[in-house]
Amino acid sequence: MNEIITFINLYLVPGLTIGSVYALGAVGISMIFGILRFAHFAHGDLMTIGGYGVLTAIWLIPVNPLLLLPFGIVLAIVAALAVDRFFYKPLRDLPTIYTVIASFGVALIFRSLAQLFWSSGNQVFQSGVRRPLVLFDTFRISALHAQVIVLTILIAIALHLFLTRSKTGRSMRAVSDDPELAAVAGLDTEKVVRWTWIIGAALAATAGVFAGMDTSMHPNLGWNLLLPMFAAAILGGIGKPMGAIAGGLIIGIAEETLTYTWFGPDPLIAPSYKSAVAFLIMVGLLIFRPQGLFKGRLL
Amino acid sequence: MELSGLAFYLVSVLIAGGIYAILCLALNIQWGMGGLFNAGIAGFFAVGAYTSAILTTAPSTRHLGGFDLPIPVGLLVAGLVAGLTGAAVAKICVRLKSDYLAMASIGIAETLRLIIVNEAWLTNGSLGIAGIPRPFGDLATGRSSDILYLAVVWAIVIAVYVLSQRLYDSPWGRTLRAIRDNEASARAAGKDVERFRLQTFVIGAAIMGVAGALSAHYFKFLSPSATEPLLVTFLVWVMLMAGGSGNNKGAILGAVAIWFIWSATEILTSRLPPEWITRSSYIRMLLVGLLLQFVLQKFRSGLIPEKSPKTHHPD
Amino acid sequence: MSALLSVRTLTAGYGGPPIIDGINLDVAEHEIAVIIGPNGAGKSTLLKSIFALTKIVSGEVLFEGREITRLKTAALVPLGISAVPQSKNVFPTLSVEENFDVGTYAAPPADRNAVLDKVLTLFPDLRDKLRQPAGELSGGQRQMVAMGRALMSEPKLLLLDEPTAGLSPAYLEKIFDLLLDIRKGGVTILMVEQNAKQALRIADTGHVLVNGQNFASGTGKALLEDETVRRSFLGGAA
Repeated sequence: MNEIITFINLYLVPGLTIGSVYALGAVGISMIFGILRFAHFAHGDLMTIGGYGVLTAIWLIPVNPLLLLPFGIVLAIVAALAVDRFFYKPLRDLPTIYTVIASFGVALIFRSLAQLFWSSGNQVFQSGVRRPLVLFDTFRISALHAQVIVLTILIAIALHLFLTRSKTGRSMRAVSDDPELAAVAGLDTEKVVRWTWIIGAALAATAGVFAGMDTSMHPNLGWNLLLPMFAAAILGGIGKPMGAIAGGLIIGIAEETLTYTWFGPDPLIAPSYKSAVAFLIMVGLLIFRPQGLFKGRLL
Repeated sequence: MELSGLAFYLVSVLIAGGIYAILCLALNIQWGMGGLFNAGIAGFFAVGAYTSAILTTAPSTRHLGGFDLPIPVGLLVAGLVAGLTGAAVAKICVRLKSDYLAMASIGIAETLRLIIVNEAWLTNGSLGIAGIPRPFGDLATGRSSDILYLAVVWAIVIAVYVLSQRLYDSPWGRTLRAIRDNEASARAAGKDVERFRLQTFVIGAAIMGVAGALSAHYFKFLSPSATEPLLVTFLVWVMLMAGGSGNNKGAILGAVAIWFIWSATEILTSRLPPEWITRSSYIRMLLVGLLLQFVLQKFRSGLIPEKSPKTHHPD
Repeated sequence: MSALLSVRTLTAGYGGPPIIDGINLDVAEHEIAVIIGPNGAGKSTLLKSIFALTKIVSGEVLFEGREITRLKTAALVPLGISAVPQSKNVFPTLSVEENFDVGTYAAPPADRNAVLDKVLTLFPDLRDKLRQPAGELSGGQRQMVAMGRALMSEPKLLLLDEPTAGLSPAYLEKIFDLLLDIRKGGVTILMVEQNAKQALRIADTGHVLVNGQNFASGTGKALLEDETVRRSFLGGAA
């Protein structure tokens, strides 16, 4: 019994937490891949920008970072719409690989701006020791982890409702299915593109804050998470935002639980190789099932 | 005194510029000829560097070594191992859209970096491998060794250039470009698109490995910071875009030109107070990122636009 | 009597040499107009050009007297023009009902439920499939979903590109009957068809295109009886 509790406390819950971060980032990547048809290499750094937005707000108004989330979200949305307008849109009539290259450059631009504006200040959201939450006298979970997981579940539900019930959400799914037919049906493609960036950036900012709160902010925060988020998006199926959430959680749990001492005294995978887990999963997917769990689009 | 200092600086810039030229030529084979986006150049570079370092260094308790093999063997095997790594990556992705290759190549670069850092028995981890030999190590030292190395590097640049031009003009190269421009009709004509793409990627990766080995032998020391994606992957992309993708002369020109500007700004900003040095390096990063966007939008053909090869008209 | 849709010396293609050259065509209100001709004659290109999916070299397209040549594709639905492409004409991951709803976004009807009911009266088979993803339906059912989506915006003009392509003979009859019903509802129809004989039978006006140019035009009946047309495009006996 003790083993199970330790497993849950030290492996499963942290796995769900980092999985939530991956999930929220992967949704944006999956949507952008589905609607704009390119892999957005700057998405991790968009997370970083969002995180720093909230950090700045904390410097001015020291309250719980989650209350100041809107600041990070607004900053990330503005950044995303700006780079789309100035760097991605001009390349839209070219093969999409050029936009991928551009996003590679945008990632660098975001990272260098983060270094220039923020790397000299305090990088921690909340100082001091965090006392764990104790549930039912047995589970000791960090309060932050609990908040992240609950919030992610709520966001997932809201996202699902948005995509299936709202006009904009359905339009987004339509454009993702077939952009030419969407134009024939009279849908406003530019509006769909705008909302893709808005939602993608908002979720990225949230993920960035969660990640930053878990450890601390630093300029490479988002870039380091890019690989697992890409893997999560592929796992869920490109163009399937809800699939990306599942993919993120699975990869997060896999990363954490594979370092558990399943057989004997040594962990299955050395903790220093945790980030290779996502890559291995991605390789496996690309070889055996590139359409992911929920049969996303391939091209 | 001032003049010889300048000359020495020039030599070191041209050596690094030459290594970058090799990387650009390799990338041009993958991108310019094959239309493949390799975002993990740093990985193949690192694999080549470490392979050659391990094969050519003296025995050591800190890392795998003691083979003491001659440098040309080191370079050759470096290319081989890098090529094999490229084969593995490309085989997985070759049937899918190029975005997937980009993601997988970043993944392999990251994973290789992890292995380099963690498997200290192999690589001495973050501490790095020292005492990597130079060619003709006993015969020349100091400045003359550098000048000799300059000749070696540029001899290889020319060799790669000639190889690349030959490939470009060959039937193999023509098929590759046909695939790049219109995959559907190439496939309809019966071409094995996947095999061509695989070969392209492997050749490029192998050459990148050789470049990595050359870098290791130049600095005589190798550590994981040599796999820094900014300097290796990203800068090379900017160089190729600026010089003209699809064009080999442009690749060399872009490499040397951008490297000159990069190292010149490094020299200039090194005179500043320390706080400003770090800040200026980030400003440099920012400008490079912006430069890439500018080049992508305005000069889609780069500084030297691609010239189509002469065609023969039988009369 | 001014035409609802007017195509004037339209020359268009996909970037290379033009596929259609100097096409003239008028569609009167409430009529069923059919475009027939051999493969590669440019029939689909003509339809796509009206819908701004090709590169227009010269000429113009007028709808209700106003020029629409330079408008973007998505701007046409609010004007009252709907189109059903030949293939990939439904959103496969959206349910049938969602496909229909998407058809209303650019031109919201006053009473969505009433319009949905009208559409379902035309395609009763779809009533119990509303929640199914459109991609899972058979070819014939998908065609109906596509047409339903186009009709949800209550268009004045409906463009159809080979609505019977790849369908079984049973569906063929159904589709042509449906077109007559749709016209009864007040919608003008312009369609490209490979099944020339049957199409001309329900057509008020027929246009024959050959090599990207006008070849012949006339009433459906007249074209059916014309010797040249019969021999070249209708396979001999009427």
